[in-house]
Amino acid sequence: MSQATTDAVPGAIAEAEARRRTDKLVIFTWGGDLDKVWPTLILATTAAAMGMEVLVFFTFWGLFPLVRNDVRLTGDNWMQKAMSLLHRGGTEHLRLSQMNFAGMGPAMMRKLANEHHVASPQELLELARDMGVRLIPCQMTMDLLGLKREDLIDGLGEPAGAATALAEAQDAITLFI
Amino acid sequence: MSVAIATTLDFKGLSCPLPIVKTAQAFKTLPSGAVAEVLATDAGSVADFTAWCGATGNQLVEHSADGGIYRFVIRRK
Repeated sequence: MSQATTDAVPGAIAEAEARRRTDKLVIFTWGGDLDKVWPTLILATTAAAMGMEVLVFFTFWGLFPLVRNDVRLTGDNWMQKAMSLLHRGGTEHLRLSQMNFAGMGPAMMRKLANEHHVASPQELLELARDMGVRLIPCQMTMDLLGLKREDLIDGLGEPAGAATALAEAQDAITLFI
Repeated sequence: MSVAIATTLDFKGLSCPLPIVKTAQAFKTLPSGAVAEVLATDAGSVADFTAWCGATGNQLVEHSADGGIYRFVIRRK
């Protein structure tokens, strides 16, 4: 074996180990359903508790949980307004992707979660924010849906785009939920 | 071997991920080397606290279960 090859081995091993063990998590939250947002926030808060750096990029329907619960109508034009009427944002208004049954499904889920002392999405979102999880809304989706910064909750990071999220994801474990 | 326990964190009744999240938050306020006792009833606790200690470098000194209550003694890194 040549000298160059033997020298390369420890470096390659160190590199592989560095790749294997990353302490950063980036979640692309694409779904706005209760059953997607909930595990997203559970994973984000747990990762922060484990000392990981965490960034959640909220895009498309994933923006719904970031809308303030007291905001009813959003958007500038009739299409955006109609969409917000049909699907109200806010952690208290999330739907289930299955067994929604016009809101009965989520109501039952929340009741069960309450009985089992499972933290609500709102509680987890606040915990995530307190623990330093960076919550980044997608600027493009905000424009698409006509969501303004004041329609969204406080404590979010600066709205950004796909390149920002992907750059953050380069050295992170990534999840697409 | 007995260790001096600085504080007891009672998270009985809470479900995943709160026992871990609240333990992590409480540990931030503890000095290095301090020992805390954590109580939980979440059946996933044993696996989760073992994993959490492994990932954070805090030392799981001992753990036990008694009548559905899990007790962990953890030394802060």
